[in-house]
Amino acid sequence: MGEWLSQPVNWVYLVVGVLTLVSAFRVVTSQNVVHAALFLVAALGGVAVNFILLSAEFVALVVVLVYIGAVIVLFLFGIMITRAPTGLDVALDNDKKLPAALISLVVFAVLSYATVTTFGNAELVEIGTATDTASLARAFIGRFVVPFEVVGFILLAALVGGIAIARRDLTPLEEESRRSV
Amino acid sequence: MDGIDVLIAALRVVGVFALVLLATIINVWAERKIVADFQNRLGPMRAGPYGILQTLADAFKLMFKEAVIPRNVERLVYHAAPFLAVVPALLIAMNIPWGRPFTIGEREILLQGADLNVGLLFILACSSMAVYAVVLAGWSSGSKYPLLGGIRGTAQAISYEAAMGLALVSVVMFSATYPGAEGGTLSLAEIVERQAGTWGGIVPRWNIIPLIPAFVIFFIAAIAETNRAPFDLVEAEQELTGGYFTEYSGIRWAMFFLAEYINIFSMSALTATLFLGGWNGPTWDGVLPAWISAILPTVWLFLKTYVLVFIFFWIRATLPRFRYDQLMQLGWKRLIPGAVLWLILSTVVIGFRQFGAPWS
Repeated sequence: MGEWLSQPVNWVYLVVGVLTLVSAFRVVTSQNVVHAALFLVAALGGVAVNFILLSAEFVALVVVLVYIGAVIVLFLFGIMITRAPTGLDVALDNDKKLPAALISLVVFAVLSYATVTTFGNAELVEIGTATDTASLARAFIGRFVVPFEVVGFILLAALVGGIAIARRDLTPLEEESRRSV
Repeated sequence: MDGIDVLIAALRVVGVFALVLLATIINVWAERKIVADFQNRLGPMRAGPYGILQTLADAFKLMFKEAVIPRNVERLVYHAAPFLAVVPALLIAMNIPWGRPFTIGEREILLQGADLNVGLLFILACSSMAVYAVVLAGWSSGSKYPLLGGIRGTAQAISYEAAMGLALVSVVMFSATYPGAEGGTLSLAEIVERQAGTWGGIVPRWNIIPLIPAFVIFFIAAIAETNRAPFDLVEAEQELTGGYFTEYSGIRWAMFFLAEYINIFSMSALTATLFLGGWNGPTWDGVLPAWISAILPTVWLFLKTYVLVFIFFWIRATLPRFRYDQLMQLGWKRLIPGAVLWLILSTVVIGFRQFGAPWS
């Protein structure tokens, strides 16, 4: 433990980890939906910092770009065009807290168990050396090309499905009015 | 990494900061003068020669102005939003190589805040974070016009970010074709270095020549990302009484303004870096004194940047604002399909030239 604490990287990890956990907790306990989204930003930012500590700059920036820069922005957009309360929103709280907490605990336990049994004490790359983006790309296009393509295909299917569900055929009257614009 | 290295790193960061602020002071004045010229009037003339001190006067005025805070704002977010606007803008500027690295003694000094090996991705990430300022300022003001501005800003940023990112992929792929290069690069310093030299001794090896569709798409998306006319629906004065910063005043309002001008400058510099060869240009090493050869690359970059900054102002003075549906049409039905098409085309051509035909 003393040795673990003597490395400054671990101190950063400790602080960032605690902040990430606190923000993640506040995401579900916050009484204001916009604040919850902002805490989610903080939690994801903490995850990105952890990736940087693991020398995975590319993954860290992809987390920032995709999740913070696009997904949460879409969340906020959705919140703003439906309702955007300033102040507290009591309806956000409900009485199913206990089952939710239980389920998340179980998921956490399963994931931790899987991670520990799979990787155990495996050594990562040396801390401080950046992972080459090219080697990541080689892994994607080389060894993991089939899962990569499958994930891409599933995402495309989800996209098409989303459009098919959200799309509403126009009535003849609406079509008429649209054409006249 | 000793004391002097830390000092150099600190100086680099402070230097970029100072450069960007100085450029902003000049750009605000330049915009007023250029737009005035387009509209056949004089623009600021009183403060200093040709009114060049006007921006400083305005800045001091805004600093000492009372900052009115409406009663209905969400305090914390309302105060944080102006900072969220300025910080990503500065981070983008930190990543741009402002000149050729030079050596003093045994130390190589980069004229860049930091050279990340994923620099391009970092810039995209920062530019996508800039929208938080707009949406949070709009929401936290607790008032209708800013909220509408915030919503418009989010939709616009999401629409144009995709086109911007897709346009940049071909730049990264094309950097792999430089003689002796092993694969593409995301580092801005290397992208610049790979635009050195000429084709056939005459045409400079700039990315704009083979990649002009990507340049056009990127530049249009950059104008949209900086919320400049004709994409300034976010802050449309006539429709939204100013948009997301309606409820801000004094120095907080000035910070949004500052972020916008920093973004204009750093986006122009980024475009120059990615497509116009960055600091590449004739330096006549050995003919001219060494210090002139060391400064010349920075001069070339500034010339290219200011051509683009002028285009920003030119477009602002010439084009009327888009309607909202036109904005969405241009983003989703023209730019993104165009960018995807160009991506496929350039992938095929670059792959063909790098690896030959698949059947051979």
